[in-house]
Amino acid sequence: MMKNSAEVVIIGGGVVGCAIAYNLAKMGCTDVVVLEKEYLTAGATGRCGAGIRQQWGTEMNCKLSKASMDTFEVLNEMLEYPVDIELKQNGYLILAYEEKEIEQFKKNISLQNRLGIDSRLISPEEAREIVPHLNIDGLLGAAFCGRDGHANPFHVTQAYADAAKRLGVEIYTYTSCMDIEREGDQITGVVTDKGKIKTSKVVNAAGGYSDLIGNMVGLELPVFSERHQIMVTEPVNPLQGPMVISFYHHFYCQQVPHGAFIMGQGDPNEPKGHNIGHSWQFLQELSGKIVRTFPVLKDLRVVRQWSGLYNITPDSQPILCEAPEVPGFYMAIGFSGHGFMIAPITGVVMAEMILGKEVSMPVHKLDLGRFERGELVLEPSVV
Amino acid sequence: MKDDVILCFCEDLTREEVREAIKKGSDSFEALKRLIRCGMGACQGKTCEENIQREIMAITGKTREELPLQRQRPPSVGIFLQDAARGDNDEK
Ligand SMILES: Cc1cc2nc3c(=O)[nH]c(=O)nc-3n(C[C@H](O)[C@H](O)[C@H](O)COP(=O)(O)OP(=O)(O)OC[C@H]3O[C@@H](n4cnc5c(N)ncnc54)[C@H](O)[C@@H]3O)c2cc1C
Repeated sequence: MMKNSAEVVIIGGGVVGCAIAYNLAKMGCTDVVVLEKEYLTAGATGRCGAGIRQQWGTEMNCKLSKASMDTFEVLNEMLEYPVDIELKQNGYLILAYEEKEIEQFKKNISLQNRLGIDSRLISPEEAREIVPHLNIDGLLGAAFCGRDGHANPFHVTQAYADAAKRLGVEIYTYTSCMDIEREGDQITGVVTDKGKIKTSKVVNAAGGYSDLIGNMVGLELPVFSERHQIMVTEPVNPLQGPMVISFYHHFYCQQVPHGAFIMGQGDPNEPKGHNIGHSWQFLQELSGKIVRTFPVLKDLRVVRQWSGLYNITPDSQPILCEAPEVPGFYMAIGFSGHGFMIAPITGVVMAEMILGKEVSMPVHKLDLGRFERGELVLEPSVV
Repeated sequence: MKDDVILCFCEDLTREEVREAIKKGSDSFEALKRLIRCGMGACQGKTCEENIQREIMAITGKTREELPLQRQRPPSVGIFLQDAARGDNDEK
């Protein structure tokens, strides 16, 4: 039986929704419902590269990702999850092919070092020592942080969900939020396809569909969705330590502990929308880049390609706040392709915000009003 | 007695492991594969999906109509990166 009332209703069973639910319950608010229209991780979370890097170009992202990495490192014990979340910390190697990239990396690295992130600029030869199968033709240098890495997004989400459930949170899968009811400017309840739930607090954690949830309370949110494609190979013996990425070529490539290589690329001409289909052009173009950058991988077989949605804001930074016009309507949306890696700290700050506690990170700058005020937190380093 | 019949050959999963995961709440093929990797290997479910769907039906009581097949994605068989790259002329 579904509950007919809750203190907080979270819309979205991705890593963000589950992390918020767990933190609410841990802080004592256990009367929480998570609604997921399909199954857990059906959205971007279950389709993502799950890379975790602290090498960012804004103080905000450096702080959020560093705090999150601190949590990923202890997540298995913290959430008492019996399956390994497969955190692999062999670093992120960020390739530079243009002088202006080197200049940007230098700025980023001095910021990162000041914030306690152990990154450095390295030569092409040093890069090849770290990734012996890397073709360094045309490479000018690279940025490297050995404490970066990636994890298994399914198990991370399940770990949060299971821990939240043990604390009393209810998670309803295959249950869609259809509407949000209000009286005056107060939220009074959520309408699902399985019945109504009375509540005064709703959290929009709907990923690529966050705009539609905003519409339910009359908001036109400054976000849009965009397909990003990704593919996986058959598993082979361990070969590649770090996640390798290139802003210039718009790609990333990693080998997960299971042995498979996972790789993806952004397409600057991708139209906005909710399409999560696949294209042969993606397979061909990315395969070309990978074979040129890592020649030995040419004999690996691709077994599947798929796609998911980035939810993007005008400054490629998330929106984490309560809507000023709609009290009780909270949002953790617009992660612009890096929501997995900052989910642990997002869960904490959103729970603090919802419970009226002091917020432990300077995320007030990530409010909705920043776009109107023109106070964008522009991030120079996104794939 | 341990039920060690293999249901998913690529990922080496026994019937017992599959049943355990379904009982823990993974009640569709898509949900199940995300936690135990059935259907994520070289065959992409082409050998195991039917058998695993039967296990889901038996344990959850859902009918075939209520259980969607997993989404089909390319390539239909594994393809070498060098072959997939053929025709990509961007030599940058
Ligand atoms: C190809 C790709 C690669 C990526 N790589 C990385 C990476 O390397 N590192 C990184 O940090 N991030 C990466 N990302 C981004 C990352 O996946 C997302 O930022 C993150 O998963 C967002 O989590 P979420 O919980 O907010 O959203 P989602 O995981 O999308 O969850 C939202 C959920 O809400 C549900 N929902 C929507 N509408 C409703 C409704 N009306 N009722 C009920 N439920 C609803 C959806 O079904 C979905 O499950 C990548 C994304 C993609 C697509």
